[in-house]
Amino acid sequence: MEHSLTRPSEVIRSEALGSDIFRLTIMAPQIADTAQPGQFVMVQAASGQDPLLRRPFSIHQVSGNGTVQILFKVVGRGTRLLAATTKGDFLSVFGPLGKGFTLAKQNKNIAMIGGGMGIAPLLFLGKWILRSGFSGKLIALLGARNSAEINSLQEDFNHLGITTAIATDDGSRGHHGLVTQLMLQHMDPGEEWQVLTCGPYPMMRGVAEICQGMNWPCQVSMETMMACGMGACLGCAISKPNDLHSYQHVCKDGPVFAMSEIVWK
Amino acid sequence: MEIEKPNLRVKIGSLNLQNPVMTASGTFGYGEEFASYVNLHRLGAVVVKGISMQPRPGNPPPRIVETACGMLNAIGLENVGAERFLAEKLPYLIKANATVIVNVLGDSIDDYQALAERLHGNDGISALEINISCPNVKKGGVAFGTNPEMAQKVTEAVRKATDLPIIVKLTPNVTDITAIAKAVEAGGADGVSLINTLLGMAIDSKTRRPVLANVVGGLSGPAVKPVALRMVWQVAQAVEIPVVGIGGICSAEDAIEFLIAGATAIEVGTANFINPRTTEDILVGISDYLKENKMDSIQKLIGSLQT
Repeated sequence: MEHSLTRPSEVIRSEALGSDIFRLTIMAPQIADTAQPGQFVMVQAASGQDPLLRRPFSIHQVSGNGTVQILFKVVGRGTRLLAATTKGDFLSVFGPLGKGFTLAKQNKNIAMIGGGMGIAPLLFLGKWILRSGFSGKLIALLGARNSAEINSLQEDFNHLGITTAIATDDGSRGHHGLVTQLMLQHMDPGEEWQVLTCGPYPMMRGVAEICQGMNWPCQVSMETMMACGMGACLGCAISKPNDLHSYQHVCKDGPVFAMSEIVWK
Repeated sequence: MEIEKPNLRVKIGSLNLQNPVMTASGTFGYGEEFASYVNLHRLGAVVVKGISMQPRPGNPPPRIVETACGMLNAIGLENVGAERFLAEKLPYLIKANATVIVNVLGDSIDDYQALAERLHGNDGISALEINISCPNVKKGGVAFGTNPEMAQKVTEAVRKATDLPIIVKLTPNVTDITAIAKAVEAGGADGVSLINTLLGMAIDSKTRRPVLANVVGGLSGPAVKPVALRMVWQVAQAVEIPVVGIGGICSAEDAIEFLIAGATAIEVGTANFINPRTTEDILVGISDYLKENKMDSIQKLIGSLQT
């Protein structure tokens, strides 16, 4: 059985995009060939037993020559180790996993709304939407802590021809405030929109509230602790709406859900 | 003498296994989840996620947290229940030609007995593994597995309900695990498997709150291996029935250590989460070890510890 676990994948490039944000380009043709936007990979940060578990990362970009990118902020030991990997290192990368974004058939306008590292899958998504022959309006509303965190990412979106609007916590770039406050500035309520979002829970809750009010369909990408990424450990349970004691699993049922499938509290 | 193909067959009661490598309940789903990575029919047995008579939703999140060389879990025995298991999960395993051991759990002795009766007589189930780490709801929540008398009674009740081979899975959260092992042996168990997870907890110093919603959870992974190895060694000397070793097994070398300590077979648990192919890799590794050491049968390895 040949798949991404058969052998480790080579790191082709390691970039620092700011003081604590990193992007790894990894040679993993089987993943690059089959991945859908919104799907994720499980990456082993060390070859030993500590840290023990793989870390889930949404797929940031794939290329036709077989590379896969992940984008992450250093938040703990696993990401610190990954940040220290360099070109020529090998990592065990398992995937693609989970259920990604889906597009409505009709060509409604699309807004991709990302916050922090939740921006990662939206670049892949944007490219995929453009390649699918989409002819409506496609915009990206991106939220970050500060200008340094978002500069080069914004360029990547603009490079694809996607219109962007930025909100930063400190006002060092774009709107000084929340990314949700950009929605009604950039999304004409007279038009039909579908919204695809990934970011911190409170941000996505804000996005979902506006979408509910405007009657816009919205898909959200959820993040939880995860041990296996493939439906075995059942560690990534989240409540189902209407019955808080009934659970769904982010790794298999998601990570992308319709906003109506999520409990917003 | 070159050993071409060592004999890996082992026996637990009337249960014949083609090799000693099994999956630990709760780490391998219902088998199907792993079918793209593992040849299920090649494993000694697939021990499925613990089944209760009625479906259980499991605990609220967060359910897991990583710890040094291990993880804590408080999944809460989420499972589809006996009827859906028989109708939706078992047929796949039969088609895959897997040897199936069903891990069973209940809140009372009657629960265990009723479940064993329900599972008995279904083609495709080769044995039962009894999880006695669950709290006894009728007796004020004390786990069956921490009291020799209760552990024996559960085993006897299941024994009455079925002539399938019975393996009783023991909790390490006791003062003397050999006392529990002897009790379930007296109750009619064909084997014991150990260890289940060690009770632990994790605290977030920033929020001063427990990390797990359930506050406490079961520790598993390489961190528990030395404890498991010690307990397997002790139990193997205390009982006549076969012992199945579980606890932090990640490699063939780990598995071989358990066999040397006296385990007749082993179960791979948390390692399945990191590399879903671990079981098959271990199987190959055990065979290679026997060849390198010119052993024609795994029986020569089991319990070969010299102290």
